[in-house]
Amino acid sequence: MSDTRRVTVEVRRLNTHYGTRQILKDVSLDVREGEIMVIMGGSGSGKSTLLNHLLGLLRPTSGTVKVLGKDINTASALDVQELRTRMGVAFQSGALFSSMSVGDNIALPLREHTRLDAMTIGIMTRLKLEVVSLAGFEDLMPSELSGGMIKRAALARAIVMDPKLLFCDEPSAGLDPVVASSIDDLILRLRDAMGMSIVVVTHDLDSAFKIADRICVLDQGDVLALDTVAAIRNSPNERIQNLLNRRTEEAEVDPDAYLRRLLGERARQDGEDDSQQRHLP
Amino acid sequence: MNLDKREHMGAVVVELAGEVDLQHSPRLRKALMELMLEHRDVVVDMGGVSYIDSSGIASLVEAYQMARKGGGRFILAAVSQPALRVLQLARLDKVFAIAETVDGAVGA
Repeated sequence: MSDTRRVTVEVRRLNTHYGTRQILKDVSLDVREGEIMVIMGGSGSGKSTLLNHLLGLLRPTSGTVKVLGKDINTASALDVQELRTRMGVAFQSGALFSSMSVGDNIALPLREHTRLDAMTIGIMTRLKLEVVSLAGFEDLMPSELSGGMIKRAALARAIVMDPKLLFCDEPSAGLDPVVASSIDDLILRLRDAMGMSIVVVTHDLDSAFKIADRICVLDQGDVLALDTVAAIRNSPNERIQNLLNRRTEEAEVDPDAYLRRLLGERARQDGEDDSQQRHLP
Repeated sequence: MNLDKREHMGAVVVELAGEVDLQHSPRLRKALMELMLEHRDVVVDMGGVSYIDSSGIASLVEAYQMARKGGGRFILAAVSQPALRVLQLARLDKVFAIAETVDGAVGA
């Protein structure tokens, strides 16, 4: 049976580069209303780059990214501003303003984007602190919080506007297993109560399997798999099984490229052929 | 968001329906504040609420607090599943007076 839920994120044939290096290769994916999509992959797989494209922070070489029905790269500045009021982002580092109290950090989006009265903003802020189990911490400064508390405060700020779409970058990285698990529970409760679409970038397998409806496995910029948790677990693909079983892969050695790197020589640019190389002084 | 008021057995029943979000919740807050300042017993019929965000919940919290201070009653009735899930997320189902039906709330 086809899924009739509204598509909230639509990525089509996304290709991106840093300089001449291609980071994402023809990536396509959809996220539906109320779905938790986990983007998984090892370091350097392109998952953070993909997240930055979903947030409209980077311009692709080619391809499109539509968020809540709007192409984030061609929408007007006003439309992008409006889109951002309907999206929440919990950054990996928390990205809290160190000069502001926890409460002021969380209230900031409401003060910037709405005309709600101060009492309503105060209640909404404390409500979110309750939701993330940080009740009573609103007057503390970010420097007074533990790593897990910073992650939860960042999550509270990300959801303070009740976004339709929530992005979480490594929400449990660096946390002990119990705190990490409580953040997973919180993500599930947010989806169930508010019907949010949630995109989580993580390399934490336990977390991915616990919260995901579907998992997108990235490998060196390619979508290696995009499927349900059960299908990913049972995938016959060797690279996926290596990832799941935490097996390292021996990188294939290209002797010429290896020698060039050791000798500090630049890789050949497109358009240069061997004869040109040989005639270089 | 639809918001209608009617008298029922001495209480004011506020019929709330549709999506109660950032755009509409100031109207809900204003209506509830006016009623609470009149020290009226208020029952909010939430049977038709398809969505309520935390700005809507904040308006209910503020009204409830005013009722507690003023000695009036403030009861949520026939709370729809979508609204109940949001209340439960912040454990506010343990805080508000909640009745299964409007008649039950008025007669309570």
